[in-house]
Amino acid sequence: MKPVLLWTDVAVFLECAAVLLYGWRVARTPHLAATWSQAFKDPAGAAAATILAVFIVIGLADCVHFREALPSAPGSAPAYSPVTSSLLDRLLARQIRGPETSYSEPLATRAFEKRAQVTEHGVVREFPRLEHAAMDLRDPLVEWGPDVRQRVWVGTAAALAASATLALLVIAWRARRDRVGLGAAARSIAAGRTRFPVRTVLATAGAVLVLAGVIGSLAREYHVFGTDRVGNDLLALVLKSVRTALVIGTLTTLVTLPIAVGLGLAAGYLRGAVDEAIQYVVTVINSIPYVLLIAAGVLILLVFIDSNPERFQTAAERTDARLFFLCVILGLTIWTDLCRLIRGEVLKLRELDFVQAAHAFGVPAWRIMGVHLLPNVMHVILINVVINFSSLVLAEAILSYVGVGVDPSMASFGTLINTARFELGRQPVIWWTLATSFTFMFLLVLSANVFADAVRDAFDPRGARR
Amino acid sequence: MLAFTVRRTLYAILVLLGVNAVTFVLFFAVNTPDDMARMQLGRRVTAEAIERWKAQQGYDRPLFLNAHATGLAKLTDTVFFSTTARAFSFDLGRTNEGIVIAAELRQRFVPSLMIAVPVFLLVVAASVLVGLALILFRGTGLERAGVVGLVALMSISTLFYIITGQYVFARVLQLAPISGFVPGASSPMYVALPVAVLVLAYLGPDARLFRTIFLEELGKDYVRTARAKGLSEFGVMGHVLRNSLIPIITSSGLLLPVVFTSTIVTETFFTIPGLGSFTIEGITQQDFNIVRAMVFVGSILYILAFLLTDLAYCWADPRVRLR
Repeated sequence: MKPVLLWTDVAVFLECAAVLLYGWRVARTPHLAATWSQAFKDPAGAAAATILAVFIVIGLADCVHFREALPSAPGSAPAYSPVTSSLLDRLLARQIRGPETSYSEPLATRAFEKRAQVTEHGVVREFPRLEHAAMDLRDPLVEWGPDVRQRVWVGTAAALAASATLALLVIAWRARRDRVGLGAAARSIAAGRTRFPVRTVLATAGAVLVLAGVIGSLAREYHVFGTDRVGNDLLALVLKSVRTALVIGTLTTLVTLPIAVGLGLAAGYLRGAVDEAIQYVVTVINSIPYVLLIAAGVLILLVFIDSNPERFQTAAERTDARLFFLCVILGLTIWTDLCRLIRGEVLKLRELDFVQAAHAFGVPAWRIMGVHLLPNVMHVILINVVINFSSLVLAEAILSYVGVGVDPSMASFGTLINTARFELGRQPVIWWTLATSFTFMFLLVLSANVFADAVRDAFDPRGARR
Repeated sequence: MLAFTVRRTLYAILVLLGVNAVTFVLFFAVNTPDDMARMQLGRRVTAEAIERWKAQQGYDRPLFLNAHATGLAKLTDTVFFSTTARAFSFDLGRTNEGIVIAAELRQRFVPSLMIAVPVFLLVVAASVLVGLALILFRGTGLERAGVVGLVALMSISTLFYIITGQYVFARVLQLAPISGFVPGASSPMYVALPVAVLVLAYLGPDARLFRTIFLEELGKDYVRTARAKGLSEFGVMGHVLRNSLIPIITSSGLLLPVVFTSTIVTETFFTIPGLGSFTIEGITQQDFNIVRAMVFVGSILYILAFLLTDLAYCWADPRVRLR
């Protein structure tokens, strides 16, 4: 097995490191720690954070890439599969059987469309059995119901057991920490008397576990959410879309930060000609419809990728480079909003005494910006980062529709919804692609929005919500 | 006022120049005039034919700097200068297929406006009404449900609204045509669905913003006075609304460009022959003249939107002076 480090993987791991570093700093800075804990004290925020954490774990599992070793003659150089797969692919391969030939409904045992088949009675047109679903059922018509029911029960039971264990662990940990009995700790959680909404988090985690348990136990034999036109399992596609969404939602913001923060600070603090120039650039970029800017950027990118095929060893690297540069292009288009916000904030801050004093002491401008102003606009930046996440995930879908989004071969909510568009026009209707991708995307964006609200309330309690 | 107008106009011209330069650089970074010629004339084409096409379109000159020319012609005898100069005199040129763009735009303006104007007015009106309703019922379960509902509305992709809207209203209930556009008396039928979908998609953020603005206003002294003199809750809302006009105008001004870009996606989805679908055609056919014309028009609309916002400030608050 040969580990592969795609560009976005590197970016995601760097982001994780940055988040950990920031967390460490927050833990050591009392006022930051107090504000952050305010965000997690909000029950809705804590529940949303729990769901987001699940999505992040799925996304991270999809960021560990490698190429399988192929059997090769002893002594010769090891050969590796041309297909790059991830940890998530590995986990899903155990759970989800191989691809079918075409559409099938959720939990189906037979294909969705009739096909001519040769039997002992001659050629018959009928719904063929799926090749990788419910293979041990002799008569699906009779056995399907009980089998599905049994799997649901098994999954629920396992999930409930897991949630109970989790709850017990939390209770035991709290009892030990507060030096009280297990019963007292359990009662304080159940009554919601804890400082953090432990009850809400446990309930959310339990609900997620039950869902995962049921889906996981069904996925061993069925395509839980059906299959798409070429027979791929939708559950797998949707789970792989999570990574794409997370990368676009976070990496893009990462690209915008240096430009927006740097120019915003400079415009607000230096004023004069610098401010005029930066404002001019912001106005110019803003007045071009962003779809056009991104389209032009992506077209340049495609030309570059096509003319430099030797830079990309595998198809995965090529699609990944497209995702990476899509984030860069998006970032270069949307930095203006944050820049304007920071400029406005700095214009207010620069008149305050501590900045004026620093200026009077002869502290150089770049130091005033970095040491005195930057920490004081951090809340603006942070709020913008969390709010941007959900709008970027939504924007990806639209860009993929216009044809300037991620590579069509890459699993993403945009490409899924895009295919669903034509499927709804068919007769009989194929509804499960839209329903599945919509549900997962909605969950992700909703929890991101709710979490963003909690963060905003904590950092900027008086600020107006948008 | 005169100084304001002059300054604003000059700045607008400057911005348009910048916009033109950005579009020009981006577009010619993607495809050279030779690529465009091949795209138009087909793959199997002689070098002479390409040269002839370029000369015909005026692309046979250098892009930015003509080293062979002398004096001012160094700058003016270039593709950039000639296309920009023509754009500023509102001669937007022809598409690669020879259609006059300005005429095409005039034709396509109608359906686009029929979508954009109602969407804008309805979103603003609906957001204000929802925001007012939420604070009328503040502290009740109804308000909490409303706020949760708005977050949910914001978390749904526009594409989902469009796809399900088309499916439910056009295919299942057959209330509206699924797509297309016919000018004349029956045209409202065709824009009703896109307008409804867009209003729903943009309702969430503004309604939430207006709710917090109203809540803040409710805590002010004049509200207490108004209540003390026995004004009904509806009368109080009237005062609150009047005093919240400035932030409402700000966020509505920000909505205008959003509405413009959103038509790009909606029009192609509903196959409405408006400006948005024209833009997408320009992108897919790599037709520089269309793209540039659309960017030009889009920027002018954006600048106008900001001008309108400023004028609206004056109207809402007489203390505001335009300088």
